[in-house]
Amino acid sequence: MTTRARVSPPAALARRGRLEVEGLAKTYRGKRRTFEAVRDLTFTVEAGELACVVGPSGAGKTTLLRCIAGLLPPSAGAVRLGGEPVLAPPPGMAVVFQEYARSLFPWLTVAQNVELPLRQKKLPKAARHGLVERSLAAVGLADVPGAHPWQLSGGMQQRVAIARALAYEPDVLLMDEPFAAVDAQTRAELEDLTRSLWHELRMTVLFVTHDIDEAVYLGEQVLVLSASPTVVLDSVAVDLPARREQLATRALPRFAELRAEVFTLIQRAKTYHTAPPAGEARA
Amino acid sequence: MTWYPHRRIRAVPDGLLGPLGLLLCAGLLEAAPRLGLVPAAYLPPLSETAAALADEAAGGAFWSALADTLRGWGYGLAVAAAAGVGLGLVIGGAAPLRRVTASTIEFLRPIPSVALVPLAVLLYGTGQTSTLLLVVYASVWPVLLQVLAGVRDVDPVARDTAAGFRLSWWLRLRHLVWPTTLPFLMTGLRLAASVALILAVTAQLVIGAPGLGREIARAQAANAVDRMYALVVVTGLLGVAVNAGARALERRVLFWHASVRKEAAA
Repeated sequence: MTTRARVSPPAALARRGRLEVEGLAKTYRGKRRTFEAVRDLTFTVEAGELACVVGPSGAGKTTLLRCIAGLLPPSAGAVRLGGEPVLAPPPGMAVVFQEYARSLFPWLTVAQNVELPLRQKKLPKAARHGLVERSLAAVGLADVPGAHPWQLSGGMQQRVAIARALAYEPDVLLMDEPFAAVDAQTRAELEDLTRSLWHELRMTVLFVTHDIDEAVYLGEQVLVLSASPTVVLDSVAVDLPARREQLATRALPRFAELRAEVFTLIQRAKTYHTAPPAGEARA
Repeated sequence: MTWYPHRRIRAVPDGLLGPLGLLLCAGLLEAAPRLGLVPAAYLPPLSETAAALADEAAGGAFWSALADTLRGWGYGLAVAAAAGVGLGLVIGGAAPLRRVTASTIEFLRPIPSVALVPLAVLLYGTGQTSTLLLVVYASVWPVLLQVLAGVRDVDPVARDTAAGFRLSWWLRLRHLVWPTTLPFLMTGLRLAASVALILAVTAQLVIGAPGLGREIARAQAANAVDRMYALVVVTGLLGVAVNAGARALERRVLFWHASVRKEAAA
């Protein structure tokens, strides 16, 4: 079997999926100006947890994600995945980008796109095809393996990108505002898809978004970032029922409370670096 | 109803306009010398040129000259394409190398291939190899420059995707850099194919290397004006065929590219 156990993750996986970010900072140094995007980020996402990162626009969310993914060297601090420092894109990590149309290769079919990373893993052909088939089925696209991405709608394209990440069987799935470019109905479907896949596969998911509702609806934990230069303002534990449903969950009083809490934090986040000390704002 | 004012009814259907233009041109070429508008000694009526062409086609010399020209063109283009792609991928793949070579390329590229005729004759005499040298020199630049541009055009998100999945150097080249470069390469090849044909004929004409160019020069020397025109028409037809072939190849290879798929998606 190439798939791993789905009900209770083995201890090794539990260790492997733990994501630690410690004192992460990123300053871009150009010829003309330097820009401090991320000042000091420290947080931990436990193995098998679904955490959302939310922050005002321009909060350096993408910078953070690229640092975690090993695509961008941080100026200071460290990222550890399963205890191992991340210095380059680590094995066992997959990224779903917002720009699905640019992330998928238009010259490959849907199935070939999903299969490409598996070829790097040197899996035998039969195993690759099995994974491709199962992943496409899992995102509800079993019937279009031979199509090219550009023949599909935006939502379907992002499903392909998700299937590609799933087939890779990552310990950690990073998602960078993955549903920001699709319409509202599709977005709701993809949110539920993300939840149910996470339920089933129990990998660690770090979901970056600017949408407060989405963060609260999806996450077990919501990390609120300040405006740039970014720090972690607060971490909100989401104590909503594990089974979430677009209408019922969003109608819960607790959902509204959490939403308000995060919203207030975000308002504070925008002026974090200019406002008077936090004690006053908390009043 | 006049809801579609742009859809005027035309007297001649679109599809017939091209052939009609050709027919008009042919008529003019036939009529002008016959009416004495131009001296028939310099521009024989089209029918005489056509007759000369038929004569040519009946003899073996014409076909071997055509084969020589096509060989010079084809081999030269193949060498130029291979060199252009190889150099382009290597140079384009490394930023320092690109900066080091940029000035040299910019210096060598504008040298007209024809200026190398004396060198070619000195090195290889008046044989096929001289033609090859000129063709390769002229047509390597469009390919090289296009490949260089293509390699730089890799989408940052696609690059991140490939890096995120830890794709090897070879998989990235094969499945990301190469397909990204293909549209550029196709444009380069199309330009190079035309340039190569021009240079092949020029070399034969100027150096006297075997081929259609030399036959044209000989026809001129023998004052066989109609034969000369017949050969010129053949080189023109070759040019049309080369361009059409390049475009057909482009459509086939780039079926996924935005410029091609719009037509296909509907």
